Amino acid sequence: MSATLSVRNLRTHFFTKEGVAKAVDGVDFDVAPGEILGLVGESGSGKTVTGFSILGLIDPPGRIVEGSSIRFNGEELTAASPERLRAIRGAAIAMIFQDPMMTLNPVLRVDTQMIETVQAHVKVSAAEARDRARKALVQVGIPSPDERLRAYPHQFSGGMRQRVAIAIALLHKPKLIVADEPTTALDVTIQGQILFEAQRLCRESGTAMIWVTHDLAVVAGLADRIAVMYAGRIVELGRTADVIERPMHPYTKGLIGSVPSQNTRGHRLAQIPGMTPSLLRLPAGCAFKARCPIAVDKCNEMPALEEHRPGHWARCWRAAA
Amino acid sequence: MIVYIVRRLMQAALVMVVMSILVFVGIYLIGDPVLMMISPDASELEREAVRRALHLDLPMWRQYLLFVNDALHGNFGRSFLAGQPAMGLIFERFPATLELAFASLVMSLAIGLPMGVYAGLRPSTPGSKAIMTGSILGFSLPNFWVGLMLIMVFAVMLPDLIPGWPRLPASGRGATVDVLGVPLSFLTLDGLRHLLLPAITLSLYKGALIVRLARATAREVLPMDYVKFARAKGLSERRIVGVHVLKNIMIPIATVSGLEFGQTVAFAVVTETVFSWPGVGKLLIDSILLLDRPVVVAYLVIIVFFFVVLNLVVDLLYSVLDPRVRLESRAT
Repeated sequence: MSATLSVRNLRTHFFTKEGVAKAVDGVDFDVAPGEILGLVGESGSGKTVTGFSILGLIDPPGRIVEGSSIRFNGEELTAASPERLRAIRGAAIAMIFQDPMMTLNPVLRVDTQMIETVQAHVKVSAAEARDRARKALVQVGIPSPDERLRAYPHQFSGGMRQRVAIAIALLHKPKLIVADEPTTALDVTIQGQILFEAQRLCRESGTAMIWVTHDLAVVAGLADRIAVMYAGRIVELGRTADVIERPMHPYTKGLIGSVPSQNTRGHRLAQIPGMTPSLLRLPAGCAFKARCPIAVDKCNEMPALEEHRPGHWARCWRAAA
Repeated sequence: MIVYIVRRLMQAALVMVVMSILVFVGIYLIGDPVLMMISPDASELEREAVRRALHLDLPMWRQYLLFVNDALHGNFGRSFLAGQPAMGLIFERFPATLELAFASLVMSLAIGLPMGVYAGLRPSTPGSKAIMTGSILGFSLPNFWVGLMLIMVFAVMLPDLIPGWPRLPASGRGATVDVLGVPLSFLTLDGLRHLLLPAITLSLYKGALIVRLARATAREVLPMDYVKFARAKGLSERRIVGVHVLKNIMIPIATVSGLEFGQTVAFAVVTETVFSWPGVGKLLIDSILLLDRPVVVAYLVIIVFFFVVLNLVVDLLYSVLDPRVRLESRAT
């Protein structure tokens, strides 16, 4: 089956007074229908910018650099007009944000915010749009939807708000959902529910999903494949089980090693030494070499993302080590 | 909601009592109104007669109680000077001031809000920079000077230099139409022309304030997640700015507009004087100069009441604009 989304050599740079910040610098990946791709990385790794780039929501001074390609169902999004992008956003590609407290407009009722989303893409009456909104709320498990539609966001709990945001994302049965850390701000129990819902919806409707997160533990149980990002590039990409159990890149190994578990109790917690490099002054060669325990001279040259095992890619000279 | 309104009105009554005492004492201390009103060559006997007629011979606390008793019966006394009921005198002139203040508020909102929002949306364009520089002028130019300049340009120079250029009137209200017994200027063309220059004068400062406030709030609202989410939903830019951004901007604008409106009504004296606008400001200044206590007290009572009602309206507007504001909870 052909991929829903195909990103090639995506480069999103921010042209600031201090210099060019290469937030995303040559990212390639595919997402198949019904597949959940976990996009993992620290703050500043470019994972969120990658998500926003797909929707064409990069604000100046940032922009997608020429030569980048984002193909969605065969359509080149980097060449699409603003009006075409607007028509795709919220309909074929939907997005869920990190903080449910901030994504709904506090001064507008939930029905207003849902109905406008319906009417932005299809010409239907307000009553019909309202009916769709109601069904979407039921779909994400919100009780007494009619009453909830008339409420304002502040009358919802955090988990409920995120469900509303997900319901809005689902209104037009999108082909692709970009979820930017949608469970980070929620309680663990609510997080579990939301993850379960997301997985079920993707399986049932064949929706592809990109789940952006810094939390490996979250995507380990959710994603089909994982892409690990570091300093604007994908450093490892593969099936979830492969990446978690047999990581090839030292950065991925570090990430997995720093997750506390039963076995680490009483021991000093592992951590990756050093800090993420500034995107304005990236060193030549591998961006991780300064923090890498197994770096060699060769690391002063940038390694390519190579398929070291079937379906398991890594950007490291010493991936086999 | 009812509880809330009643509470606010009770607060207003308290403020009115306190203020009437202050004004009473203040004017009592300043001097003897009789000396200001009667010709200097009047005999002591005549003065005494006037004092007795106006109850000025009584001790202050009795004068005050007399006033309170009358006021509770709806009688705020007669102007020492004009002999007419003080309230009547004020209500005769109040509509003119209200009308002027309202016109200037509408004008400042109609011009200031779009300019401010534009400057907030596109902060680095030359247009935005011009707007922001212009708003500093609006802040800093003194009212009376702006009024005089407007008169000079639109009532004198332009019509003199360019034949056929309409000459804008520089004094008075022009023709009025009575609506429910209240004379209004803005319903006639002539009245509108009279209203134009003083309203512009007053709206300059207010407009500048609204420009800056709207810009600052827009800059604050635009980076919010809900604006980005609105984009991600595929809404048109018009809907995002016109509904999602604007509704949030209106909250501080409503507060400031309310305050500014009250300020204008109470203190439009300078502009009213420059344009000979028959408003209540001129009346107040004259009354203070002549120690015409009933008029001053009656005026201040009305202004306090007006401010309370205005604040109430702003609060109610607030609860419409911002659903998070719960009036009931504040009333308890």
